[in-house]
Amino acid sequence: MLRYLLRRMIVMGASLLAASVVIFSVVELVPGDPASFMLGTGAQPETLAALRQQMGLDDPLPLRYAGWLGAILQGDFGTSFTYKTPVAPMIGERLQVSLPLAVMALVLAVVLALPVGLHAAARRGRAGDGLAMGAAHLGIALPNFWLAMLLVLVFAVHLRWLPAGGFPGWSDPLAALRSLILPAIALALPQAAILARVLRSSLIETMGQDYIRTARAKGLSRGQTLRRHALRNALIPVLTILGMQFSFLLAGAIIIENVFYLPGLGRMIFQAITQRDLIVVQSAVLVLVAAVIAVTFLVDLAYAAVDPRLRRA
Amino acid sequence: MRAGLILGALLAGLALAAAVLSAFWTPHDIARLAIAEKLLPPSPAHWFGTDHLGRDILSMAMRGAQTSVVVALVAVAIGMGLGVPLGLLAAAHRDRWPDDLVMRGNDLVFAFPSLVIAILITAVFGPSAVNAIIAIGIFNIPVFARVARGAALPIWTLDYIRAAQVAGKGRALISLQHVLPNIASLLIVQATIQFSLGILAEAGLSYAGLGAQPPTPSWGRMLAEAQTMVTLAPHVAVIPGLCIVLTVLGLNLLGDGLRDALDPRMRVLR
Repeated sequence: MLRYLLRRMIVMGASLLAASVVIFSVVELVPGDPASFMLGTGAQPETLAALRQQMGLDDPLPLRYAGWLGAILQGDFGTSFTYKTPVAPMIGERLQVSLPLAVMALVLAVVLALPVGLHAAARRGRAGDGLAMGAAHLGIALPNFWLAMLLVLVFAVHLRWLPAGGFPGWSDPLAALRSLILPAIALALPQAAILARVLRSSLIETMGQDYIRTARAKGLSRGQTLRRHALRNALIPVLTILGMQFSFLLAGAIIIENVFYLPGLGRMIFQAITQRDLIVVQSAVLVLVAAVIAVTFLVDLAYAAVDPRLRRA
Repeated sequence: MRAGLILGALLAGLALAAAVLSAFWTPHDIARLAIAEKLLPPSPAHWFGTDHLGRDILSMAMRGAQTSVVVALVAVAIGMGLGVPLGLLAAAHRDRWPDDLVMRGNDLVFAFPSLVIAILITAVFGPSAVNAIIAIGIFNIPVFARVARGAALPIWTLDYIRAAQVAGKGRALISLQHVLPNIASLLIVQATIQFSLGILAEAGLSYAGLGAQPPTPSWGRMLAEAQTMVTLAPHVAVIPGLCIVLTVLGLNLLGDGLRDALDPRMRVLR
């Protein structure tokens, strides 16, 4: 178990390092330098040179990368060009919206997918299965931002049950949660459809195994076998998909936040792109990618919990 | 499942036909703005109504199909063109450094969802359809590499590969002559799936303003423009959305149907 853990941790660290190199180099490709951007076109050459030196822009590339990474490891993401404030607290504030949204969507996707997948697998080949998988097919094809628009039209404009957008802040937790419900549904539904399909085919494959036949032979009903024996083993591919989905949820949230005017990481990224505030884009993307890599690591740990064979590896 | 294959082929064929046709002919000229005819509901003159600038939505949707299909198709070509050779290389050198290198590179690209790649690219080079293609294409590379490697590995253990090795053929030649033809059907199925994902991704990117720029019509941007008018004229938002859903649904059904038709083992499983 310890060796497995250690190996996964090394892989995680290496991926993070590689991702940071990629993100740093991409932003380095941008024509023009941040110092001249900050000072505008009418800047004196001496002022520009002084600022360049102050920002360390004259140092060689590897040195600048090391300085950038070192600062980030100490929680210093640099200063936003447009807002002239440190980026780290900005990201922290935005994560208070994006993270709960992604988690809500993930939980919702699982809660929706589990019964549908189980139901479809148990009634394989019958009408219930066909209906569930037809719905799943449709769900996968739905672009989440279009679903979001339709949800707003129905539940905010016509029924007036939920807010159409905006975020009141966590000082009123109930209102904050209410404003995250529609975005979470829009994110979760297409993901739930994928999850339900994977769960169904994984369950059906597991149900063909010998130990399932043994369980049936000792008198368990089909439903009991499904829940007690097949589900646990069928969860491994589901976990893989779940881990991948979290990254899609985070990325999908970037667009959904813009539909609902939620002040999350995604909206910040878009505002930063239009303002060409590259240090914010760079930091926010790094945080997103780090989250994806961390979730992949957690999924690997979950494998070990679900599948004891891996612990010995 | 046969029905799914036929329905899928019909829907995907319709989108493809609209895309090709729009290159030569659309019912109305979409470059002509007619503000007096804005937001008209569907009628015999405008089957799907008109948008906020009085443009015919059917014509816009047809040209949008062209944008979607071209972006997704080229992105699949990039993914296949680079991913399949990498996957074959990895499988041919199983558990040695080329394999390790390809698989770790894969993991790295997977950590950047296509939208995040697109954001990085647009932040540096600015938004455009070409950058959307690159972003989706880069994301497709590891997908095809993984599928090609996974499918090629078991083939390398078969007797006819050994026979080819004994006959003096190198790894590259064997990959090309014996492995590739045997994994082609799997790659075609994956291409259908990535094509449909590409349509969705293109719609998302252009909705967010990171894809095709005006005046090129695209389904995603049509939706973005419709957003403020959705209560006034719901059809403006419904039509482009339906175009995306039906095309993606069609491609997915086609992919599933093809997989069943090409791989009889899957029929037992499903």
